[in-house]
Amino acid sequence: MADTAEEGNTVAEPLDLVRLLLDEIVCVKLRGDRELKGRLHAYDSHCNLVLGDVEETIYVVEDEEGDDDIKTVSRKSEMLFVRGDSVVLIAPHSRPY
Amino acid sequence: MLFFSFFKTLIDHEVTVELKNDIQIRGILKSVDQYLNIKLEDISVVEELKYPHLSAVKNVFIRGSVVRYVHLPAGAVDIPLLEDATRREAANQAGKAK
Repeated sequence: MADTAEEGNTVAEPLDLVRLLLDEIVCVKLRGDRELKGRLHAYDSHCNLVLGDVEETIYVVEDEEGDDDIKTVSRKSEMLFVRGDSVVLIAPHSRPY
Repeated sequence: MLFFSFFKTLIDHEVTVELKNDIQIRGILKSVDQYLNIKLEDISVVEELKYPHLSAVKNVFIRGSVVRYVHLPAGAVDIPLLEDATRREAANQAGKAK
């Protein structure tokens, strides 16, 4: 690899995509039916993250006599560190997946 | 190494650590290591009635792997510095991969 992946906006490996999302609003899917939406301030190769102005959404399935009602619980946090082993995917916020 | 250094800058600040079993522990961050194990002092458990196990405990060591989140004091975080450090770390990693 000559001088790709150096500083520029090239996407040579998956984490380079995350680099382009620094200081942008991202949507993070986590284990345990959780999602976070917030501004990405830091990440590393383990997908440890720091997000600012985060909203967390937890999806809770309530099994009422066969009806699977999905309830969502929302919480907000000003600044949040997320341990990488819970992270499933990181996406730009504007793009639905 | 990035987050190890980052957490070191937060020593002596109050943080809330949320574990993977949903327990939230608030306390003063006293130390951190390369595994992001955390030592908290003067702790209190959020929703103490639901999680009374730690009522008598003042200081804890938390194994890094059981942490889900750490809620941080926004005022203690230098965001531009953190983002620059992240870019530098990313460049370092890319350099190693070659």
